[in-house]
Amino acid sequence: MKNILSQMLLPQFHKFYIAAIILTLIFLPLLGLSQYVLRIMIMIGIYAMLAMGLNMLTGYTGQVSLGHAAFYAIGAYVSALLATTLQLNFFIAMLAGVVVAAISSLLLALTTLRLTGTYLSIATLGYGEIIRMILLNWEPVTNGPLGVRNIPRPSFLGYELTLANNGIYYLMLVLLGIISLLCYLIINSKIGRAFIAIKEDELAAQFMGIKTTGYKVLAFVISASIAGAAGSFYAHMIRYIDPNTFTFDTSILMLSIVILGGMGTFRGMYVGAAILIAFPEALRFLAAYRFVVYGLILVLMMRFRPQGLLGWRSSNPYRLSKQVSEMLAQEGNREITLKPFEGKEEAVKG
Amino acid sequence: MAFLEVKSISKHFGGLMAVDQVSFKIEKGEIISIIGPNGAGKTTIFNMLTGVYSIDAGEIDFEGKPIHNRSPQEVVSSGISRTFQNIRLFSNMRVIENVLVGTHIDTHYSFLDVLLRTKKYKKYEAENTVKAVEILRSIGLGDRIHDYADSLSYGAQRKLEIARAIATNAKVLLLDEPAAGMNPQESEELLQFIRTLRDGGYTIILIEHDMSVVMNISDRIYVIDHGKKIAEGLPDEVANNPRVIAAYLGGEKKYAENS
Amino acid sequence: MIVQQIFNGLALGMSYALIAVGYSLVFGILRLINFSHGSVYAFGAHMVLMFVSMNLGLIPAIFLSILLTGLLGMLIDKTALQPLRKKKSIPIAGLITTIGISYIIQNMLMILFGSERKPFPALFDKGMINILSVQISSTQVFMMVVSILLLAIMTFVINKTKIGLAMRALSQNVKAAHLMGINVNFVVIFTFFLGGASAAIAGTLISGYYQIVYPTMGFVAGLKAFSAAVLGGIGVLHGAVIGGLIVGVSESLAAAFLGGTYRDAVSFIVLIIVLVLKPDGLFGKKGIMKV
Repeated sequence: MKNILSQMLLPQFHKFYIAAIILTLIFLPLLGLSQYVLRIMIMIGIYAMLAMGLNMLTGYTGQVSLGHAAFYAIGAYVSALLATTLQLNFFIAMLAGVVVAAISSLLLALTTLRLTGTYLSIATLGYGEIIRMILLNWEPVTNGPLGVRNIPRPSFLGYELTLANNGIYYLMLVLLGIISLLCYLIINSKIGRAFIAIKEDELAAQFMGIKTTGYKVLAFVISASIAGAAGSFYAHMIRYIDPNTFTFDTSILMLSIVILGGMGTFRGMYVGAAILIAFPEALRFLAAYRFVVYGLILVLMMRFRPQGLLGWRSSNPYRLSKQVSEMLAQEGNREITLKPFEGKEEAVKG
Repeated sequence: MAFLEVKSISKHFGGLMAVDQVSFKIEKGEIISIIGPNGAGKTTIFNMLTGVYSIDAGEIDFEGKPIHNRSPQEVVSSGISRTFQNIRLFSNMRVIENVLVGTHIDTHYSFLDVLLRTKKYKKYEAENTVKAVEILRSIGLGDRIHDYADSLSYGAQRKLEIARAIATNAKVLLLDEPAAGMNPQESEELLQFIRTLRDGGYTIILIEHDMSVVMNISDRIYVIDHGKKIAEGLPDEVANNPRVIAAYLGGEKKYAENS
Repeated sequence: MIVQQIFNGLALGMSYALIAVGYSLVFGILRLINFSHGSVYAFGAHMVLMFVSMNLGLIPAIFLSILLTGLLGMLIDKTALQPLRKKKSIPIAGLITTIGISYIIQNMLMILFGSERKPFPALFDKGMINILSVQISSTQVFMMVVSILLLAIMTFVINKTKIGLAMRALSQNVKAAHLMGINVNFVVIFTFFLGGASAAIAGTLISGYYQIVYPTMGFVAGLKAFSAAVLGGIGVLHGAVIGGLIVGVSESLAAAFLGGTYRDAVSFIVLIIVLVLKPDGLFGKKGIMKV
């Protein structure tokens, strides 16, 4: 059994699987799914985006945020308020939501620069609560506990995207695709390697010349921007928001998805979101226990599978680009004598 | 003026004088060793050299410029890189990725280059990967580049740490007990490799508590005990120095009592 | 007016100190922020309520609750944290585990007792005492006296008893303490018992003061007490007391002058300011980084 499974997971099939999944997702609504199912799928998509964002910070860089609902909220509120008061187009309102979420995360990150590990987590928790209190109490702007109503649906080239015409669903797919692509590009670069190095051993990373503080701030900002985008999309999809959506529970749900799926993986975010969002719907009799189940997931995963359900290491070889393979092939196996770097010294002398 | 010069640096933790006015210097292309019993303050000296600890007194000059009380990042970018007594690899990363992290410091592309996968990005990535493979090949890890760092043997992990340090474009390598935990054959191979690095132009400072390991390789040896320098000179001179012998016998006796 | 508010704050602060001590004790030994502590405190208050409703009488109910909550603390360590120590998990694993536990306890309380606010019997209510135009309720006096007494007992346990010596040894160096023949797991589990029991007492006192309990009461109170522990220097016992008093006083001053809606925000702001400006706290010691 295991043999068949590992055969199926061979790298040469990966592209095929990914293509099949994407095609399925594209053609799924054409099967005539009910609006209820579609709405759940969209929520799964939103939480997959949120988890993607938190994953950049917690999964790759190793900084646990317990207040990520704050950035989700900022994206949602900024975008919703701009759209309702100034009648801004969804995409512009969303951009504004992302920018404000990014700036507020920058402020948080800059003030908490000195903190490490658990202290940082607690500071993010405090920050999340402060944002929620502002939403509740700054009534002239946020409308307090009543929230923001009648948020316009997103429209694209004058065409209103709704649940019924599947527009919202496809918008979710496109956003999730863009966010996944951005994360992929960032992780597979010196920035991603710096993130992972910081998670693995921050001091050793400093000795590699990585400006760890700067990269932690960057991870924060990337992560919060993604949460902001997800928040904005959520507000325009659901059309009504209030502070109760953006509580500590929401932050914990995001963290549970990242941990259940597998910190530092992409596949884990989609699967984790699908499991945790679908389960209270699928198992109605357990709905009252959903938060108990989230708690159990955190405890049991840490104890038995801290790397997450899908957190295995790739057994594929490291992917060398064509260019690199050619350069190495040309070189053959000739003897190399290492010489210290002299380039900079020349410049100093001159 | 010496290539790297340490002028009577001191460090105390509370009432304990961990390093007390220690001086030494090293010329380009030399191998020197700092030896002493366990707890003598050797690693503390490395920590002061590399910006982990600030220094309470003294001065450290590299290529004529002061480098003390700088951040580790600044020290690395000036050309000094180190390894650790208890290995600190990025264990969930692959061997080649560990070395690629080492090339971080000399990779100059921007966030936008990353998102747009520009020519600049591709050029740096390709060159750095080739450089990383070359370093790994020359250190004898060429066939392990795809493996994860923690799947390597102890000796191979120590080599990988050196490879990672070299990748930062270091001119000076500080190696903290590189032969610890190796069998005599591995240890001999490693010393041979360190010699070839020196012959290639690297400057190397070794920390070792076992004097016999560094006898044949060092241009000079400095002996530290209780934070103070008690002897310096050619390996033979140091080995026959009565103060050194006393420190080592005393040190070993103390060590035996503790364990 | 100000004197009145300061006094209210001091009374409240003493009981925050009792919760804060629980954070400090565990952190001192395990270097772990026991996030579940707030929900353990809520558990303690609910247990009193449950035993009272079984007509056991208030005093026996309180003692049963203290015992049961102490046992809950031990259970948390035994089932969830001890295995992590054995596996030498990363520090973040401990934090996430205690968050999970806090979730389980809080939501089980909700399922069993309902999420609404429930009345709690007043403690030692003998009316008001009037000293120099400052109104002091007898409940407040009772709260302060009990808190001070308990903190004194705990200080005695830690400084003068054998198990206290073992606790202090662990907080210095777990490995060395183990080599000296100290049963590490026993000491840790005892610490969790102490933390749970003191949380139950704090839960009883604060619930008696406000005469109200609800399952999520531990979240905000836990964070406030955590702020207090950090403010005083986490791991330092008298620091937790001073921190508790500062948080209590600033909270009641904020409630009086800024309005009730911002009273909780004040503690979070205090927390962030402390974390940013002086993460080691007022009485904390800075560690030497080992490489």
